[in-house]
Amino acid sequence: MTATARLKMEDVRPYGDTANDGDVQLSFTLPLPPGDVATEVAKTIARRLGLEEPAVVHSQDLTNDFTFFIVYGKVPFGVDATRIEVPKVQVESMDFEEINEFVRRKIGRKVVVVGASTGTDAHTLGLDAIMNMKGYAGKYGLERYPEFVAVNLGSQVPNEALVAKAIELGADAILVSQTVTQKNIHVKNLTELVELLEAEGLRDQVILVCGGPRITHELAVELGYDAGFGPGTLPPMVASYIAQEIVKRGLAKRG
Amino acid sequence: MTMGEALLDLDQKLIERARQAARHITAGIHQHITANTTVTIERTVARLFGIDGVDEDDVPLPNVVVDNLHKDGGLKRGAAFWLGNAVHYFGYDVQEVAEAVARGSVDLCKVPVKDETEAYHIAQDLARKAADRIATVRAKREEYVARLGMGDEPHLYVIVATGNIHEDIVQATAAVREGADIIAVIRHTGQSLLDYVPYHATSGGFGGTYATQENFRIMRQALDETAEDIRRYPRLVNYASGLCMPEIAAMGALERLDMMLNDAMYGILFRDINMKRTFVDQSFSRMINAFAGIVINTGEDNYLTTDDPVEAAHTVLASQFINEQFALRAGLPPKQIGLGHVFAIYPDVEDGLLYSLAQARMTREIFPEAPLKYMPPTKHITGNIFKSYAEHVMFNLVSVATGQGIQLLGMLTEAIHTPFLHDRFLAIDNAKYVFNFARHLSDEVLYRKDGRIQERAAQILDKATLMLEEIEKIGLMTALERGLFANVKRPKEGGKGADGVVPKGPDYFNPFPELMLPPELRRRLERGEAV
Repeated sequence: MTATARLKMEDVRPYGDTANDGDVQLSFTLPLPPGDVATEVAKTIARRLGLEEPAVVHSQDLTNDFTFFIVYGKVPFGVDATRIEVPKVQVESMDFEEINEFVRRKIGRKVVVVGASTGTDAHTLGLDAIMNMKGYAGKYGLERYPEFVAVNLGSQVPNEALVAKAIELGADAILVSQTVTQKNIHVKNLTELVELLEAEGLRDQVILVCGGPRITHELAVELGYDAGFGPGTLPPMVASYIAQEIVKRGLAKRG
Repeated sequence: MTMGEALLDLDQKLIERARQAARHITAGIHQHITANTTVTIERTVARLFGIDGVDEDDVPLPNVVVDNLHKDGGLKRGAAFWLGNAVHYFGYDVQEVAEAVARGSVDLCKVPVKDETEAYHIAQDLARKAADRIATVRAKREEYVARLGMGDEPHLYVIVATGNIHEDIVQATAAVREGADIIAVIRHTGQSLLDYVPYHATSGGFGGTYATQENFRIMRQALDETAEDIRRYPRLVNYASGLCMPEIAAMGALERLDMMLNDAMYGILFRDINMKRTFVDQSFSRMINAFAGIVINTGEDNYLTTDDPVEAAHTVLASQFINEQFALRAGLPPKQIGLGHVFAIYPDVEDGLLYSLAQARMTREIFPEAPLKYMPPTKHITGNIFKSYAEHVMFNLVSVATGQGIQLLGMLTEAIHTPFLHDRFLAIDNAKYVFNFARHLSDEVLYRKDGRIQERAAQILDKATLMLEEIEKIGLMTALERGLFANVKRPKEGGKGADGVVPKGPDYFNPFPELMLPPELRRRLERGEAV
């Protein structure tokens, strides 16, 4: 019997080594020198988070009056998993051949996709994984799709330049990758692009997609994107989505 | 064991063939380098002469001066002459000249030339003072190192990247106290594409902190203070890369940075900077680094983030040969050439550890004196911090087993955010554990003749040699156009900063090469001999 069948879906708690024990681990640093006071502060933080029986299992002097803590505790509540709704990209998954065939049959022209890592982000790992010929994890990237024209603008692309390129190429979709982030700069970058597209009156004419390790579909939609793809996304997922969305939104025909 | 001891039974003739090809490849760029200057080289001259600060619009005065010369076509003669001339004509010091240009009251090319010899003389004098100052800074470093030492190799290299220099100092000094040997202050990520160097201490960078001379100074001061407590000299790193390679090298030389990321081709491939610009800039920046006793770090690790780590391993070696030759031509001795490579093979590759050992040991043997810089895995690192930590144990083990010099520590939260304070501690703790636990492993290990490791190394060397010989035939610029490195194609005339390349006139004057390049090297370069 699987764990989920054995346990109540209405009352899900973290599983340490026994059903419903609620065990979790935390690690964090406090700006305090090591000692009784720092340890008590660490425990109090865990308690205030709602953890029961907080235990500081390790503390480490990080010098300069900082101390690192590893803390265990128990979550005293369950979550009703039957009432959870997760916004997900609605897409029927297709493989490389199916996608190209879908584009030929239902769109009847090449799909133009422009991608970039925007703002100051110098990282293109995620973007390359989706766009480059070689792709990722054995799945070809968009550049390899005969029915796609994929233009990878690389890293540190200003939002203005991305929009200008999208206009120049008549892009069906814009892919934005945000890899490294600090103090939520990715949110600011992503929002700015939406505002630019709206100002240009283009927002409805393109499919706007973002991706990256901190991106969820929910966040993407909240920021005004059509879809967001998190870690582990493979090129066919993105290609399927773009192709299907073009058809769904009636963007196949070009005026 | 000596570092370069032959454990891999590499074909020495093949190594010499590869090195010879790299010599010819870099010699092929020599004509271009000597025939041109760039706006950032001329700004470097201005900075070294003592021009600093910004105008009322926050434009750095070296830019103000060089832009003033550029608009009147003065750069083909070099900033040094015009500055010497203006100092002579007005009787100002060089900073006052720059301020007068900023006010709009002086156009440097229009200042009457009263006495040409005197103008050259003043410029030479300013250059000599700059060189003396850098030599003093270098001597100070040597004194520190002799007195306090630097810790065992591989040296532990960590990054701080808060965006705020004052916050960086908190993290850097904590890291040094925990055992880090080398601190790199990551730059604000857009900085490589700025054609100027910002001024002042800064607190508003993203993904990193602006490289400014003031930021260099205050971080150095904080590390010097910590050095006395821990009785060890921590080294400071920044980036002489991007559109201002030589200016940042000069700032680092003046503020006692110890290492600089400084690659001959990185900007071209990964920042889309014009290749003609980069080749000229890298040469001048490396000359300054050489003279200042700064160890350069090259960026070959980046090739394997865009290319396959197993299939493209030879491109790393080929680039190392090229970087080595460019560096030697700029006066860097092998001990200051920190060639880069990376522990990049995917964790699910069978025998990935063996391949990693092969490449790391091969690099050690081919470049016996270079303080090799070994980079951690990043490409396939996920949010599974526990798995990352395990991979970093392997990475550290390969390093200590193969005699690497500079270990850029992997951060378990690589794929998530810039490092937390304790991420850095955990990385240092991991490396210290592995290095100590396996300290003399490299003395004890022999590699089986014609075994998997020897064969892998031979194969990489073989492919690298063929690649270099192909580049030798077509020339380096064409090779870059065709995308031979990192799968990236760059047109000769494309990229950023191309308009900052200026052909030298027959009367071009720059006093620094004579002061900074070893005389024997200068003679050889002038005669077109091998270096």
